[in-house]
Amino acid sequence: MADRIDPAVPALELRGIEKRFDAVRANKAIALRVARGSVHGLIGENGAGKSTLMNIVYGFHRPDAGEIHVQGRRAEIHAPHDAIAAGIGMVHQHFMLVENFTVLENVVLGVESGALLAGGFAHARGELEKLARDYALEVPLDAVVSELPVGLQQRVEILKALYRRAEILILDEPTAVLTPQEADALFAMLRRLRDEGKSVILVTHKLREIMAITDRVTVMRQGAVVGEFETARTSPRELAEKMVGRAVLLRVEKAPARPTETLLAVRDLEVRDRLGVARVKGVSFELRAGEIVGIAGVSGNGQSELLETLAGIRAPTRGAITMGGRDLVAERLGPRARRTLGLAHVPEDRLRMGVVASFSAEDNAILGYHDRPIYNRGVLSNGASIRAECEKKMAEHDVRPPLPALRITAFSGGNQQKLVLAREIDCDPRVLLIGQPTRGVDIGAIEFIHKRLVALRDAGKALLIVSVELEEILGLADRILVMNGGEIVGEVSANEATEEKIGLMMAGVKGEGRA
Amino acid sequence: METYTLIVLLLAATIRVATPLLLAALAGMFSERSGVIDLGLEGKMLGAAFASAAVSAISGSAWLGLGAGIATAVLLALVIGFACITHRGNQVVAGTAVTIMVVGLGPTLALAWFNLGGHTPQLDGPGQRFVGLVWPWAQPAREHPLPGLLYAELLSGHNLIVYLAAALVPLSAWVLYRTRFGLRLRAVGENPHAVETAGISVNALRYRALIISGVLCGIAGTYLSTAASSGFVRDMTAGKGYLALAALIFGKWRPWPTLGACLLFAFTDALAVRLQGVALPVVGVIPVQFILALPYVLTVLLLAGFVGRAVAPHAIGVPYAKEK
Repeated sequence: MADRIDPAVPALELRGIEKRFDAVRANKAIALRVARGSVHGLIGENGAGKSTLMNIVYGFHRPDAGEIHVQGRRAEIHAPHDAIAAGIGMVHQHFMLVENFTVLENVVLGVESGALLAGGFAHARGELEKLARDYALEVPLDAVVSELPVGLQQRVEILKALYRRAEILILDEPTAVLTPQEADALFAMLRRLRDEGKSVILVTHKLREIMAITDRVTVMRQGAVVGEFETARTSPRELAEKMVGRAVLLRVEKAPARPTETLLAVRDLEVRDRLGVARVKGVSFELRAGEIVGIAGVSGNGQSELLETLAGIRAPTRGAITMGGRDLVAERLGPRARRTLGLAHVPEDRLRMGVVASFSAEDNAILGYHDRPIYNRGVLSNGASIRAECEKKMAEHDVRPPLPALRITAFSGGNQQKLVLAREIDCDPRVLLIGQPTRGVDIGAIEFIHKRLVALRDAGKALLIVSVELEEILGLADRILVMNGGEIVGEVSANEATEEKIGLMMAGVKGEGRA
Repeated sequence: METYTLIVLLLAATIRVATPLLLAALAGMFSERSGVIDLGLEGKMLGAAFASAAVSAISGSAWLGLGAGIATAVLLALVIGFACITHRGNQVVAGTAVTIMVVGLGPTLALAWFNLGGHTPQLDGPGQRFVGLVWPWAQPAREHPLPGLLYAELLSGHNLIVYLAAALVPLSAWVLYRTRFGLRLRAVGENPHAVETAGISVNALRYRALIISGVLCGIAGTYLSTAASSGFVRDMTAGKGYLALAALIFGKWRPWPTLGACLLFAFTDALAVRLQGVALPVVGVIPVQFILALPYVLTVLLLAGFVGRAVAPHAIGVPYAKEK
């Protein structure tokens, strides 16, 4: 393989790329060399500047300074048009496809070869059939894109790039939308492209992917390149440390749980959706002080409905939820009353239910708690106190930047989540429901949030965690309940849990000791 | 025989009423397919109606009037484009603002220039209007009602703009579905980001669509003041721009169904005119107000019943900005 890679003339070379958005230096003097016929990884946390850099290469952004060289020649890239002409193709994380167009129309858009379509279509059809054969990229050309599964839509994006004769292919977080099997198929195809002499840049924040497919990897942090490695000579730990800038724990460290009294008991809970379909079917479990219970399951098996019912957002059709000797269902207590009783909820979908996207951080930090005396002065709200409290929460939870007046969407996912968590635990709840604790959260913040959750457990709280990331459940939970088709199909204690065991239950195979 | 003649005349009236509606609806199709809501149809048409009548009255040439009408409507379209495309303003506000401006500006300028109470002078000189073209043998053909009257009333006797409007339907369909421009136009209304990624300028494409919309509105406005009537009067579009928009939605932003919708709306309008003062069986004479409301009632019913299934261009109404 080494003989194919010619180090003398890189396929893509970036020199001193600088980009500033207002006060933020998104890219600082970036230098990057991508060899021909190689898969080059670009890794970094959310907000490290990877996407900005790639958008500069593809002509979406103009760099403030710096040079782009393609195949040894200086390239002036002012717009995507120039990038395409230079042989650069990009597959965006959110596909750039016209959904109601056919595959063929999508591929041809922009390179129609003539004012009339008929000729261009005929030419493209032949060309695409050849590409499909050469790279094992079969796609039904006359199918409407919106009717294709995401894996095939991604193929269309790759075909678009190849049809434009791209020699350098940039893929931005390509596996975010894929199942593990689809991701493997994608990697096989990328290897094939590499072997044909193309250069692939894989932008990701997943260490596993970097290790699996890349030849070399560049690590970015806070807008700068902080390291470059030959993949074979590095390790996930080393890369993670470079990404975060300090040693990180890839695994949660915690002592065995010492659960005490039951704080929340769920009996025979049934929840139906608007169409009358049962989404949660007779679920019962208990949550004890000092333990973390994890609910595992493939997304859409009733976990969300269960969580929302516990939080008081949905009403069950049957069953009881008891807390502190009171039946929350029979008393028809809503989310607010439940909060007062000491039941806090971090919703699964942060941007839809956890925060108001157009509000500032400080306003978001009081949502649901806005009527506390501390935030008010008579009928008016107390701005100074709201700000002070938000600053306090930000300091305690390492929310960066610590600017209460900044719009919540200007924060990274991890910092948003830290603020939501801070809000929910501020009133010292006894029971904490947490949906997808680290969805869209970067490694550094994941570590922080996990540590904080374990600390809450050790302080005697009862935690219920719903997550589709099996790894997270395995790492955090003391007891794991597995849901399938609205039922709890098994319960496993942390020390007996393995990925295979839980995976089988998630697929519907009943576990022992339950059901 | 009497009924037959009545029906043929009704259909002929339908064609005449449908023409400006169709031109405006096709204008709207181009801009809305590019992702720009076209609430300026009414204003562009009205502006063109004024400009064409004024220029025709001064110059004595309907063709110069047409040129002035088109130029005015294109100018107004560019104003909307400057606000909505270049400066990413709200499309509904920009279109409505242009319409409101023209509603006031037309009569004001007419009053200032011609001093006729907000009208333009009556167009009665030779060549000042687009008049009906009588096809060969149309007169003798009337003797043979069955094919002859149809030929004389439906095919023959309309002015040039009517035929032009009819030809624009297949032409628009061809442009939209068979040309590079059409492909890009449809794409930019669905997903402008995909268009930008494909190396095409979103703004240039949208400006082009708005210019086409301006040209078609210019023709529609000219038809109103120099073909269907002889001069500009205050508010002469009378909501046709909005009706055209309704026809466009009813026609699902496609040329042929939009033609169907325009003909349907025009037919109810023509029918309403015919039914005035006519005693119908069972109900007797219907008050004129009800008759005049008929097209609008029908529009509301049709839109309420059918429009739910019409899917608008996905990116319509959203100003395009590159990410961040």
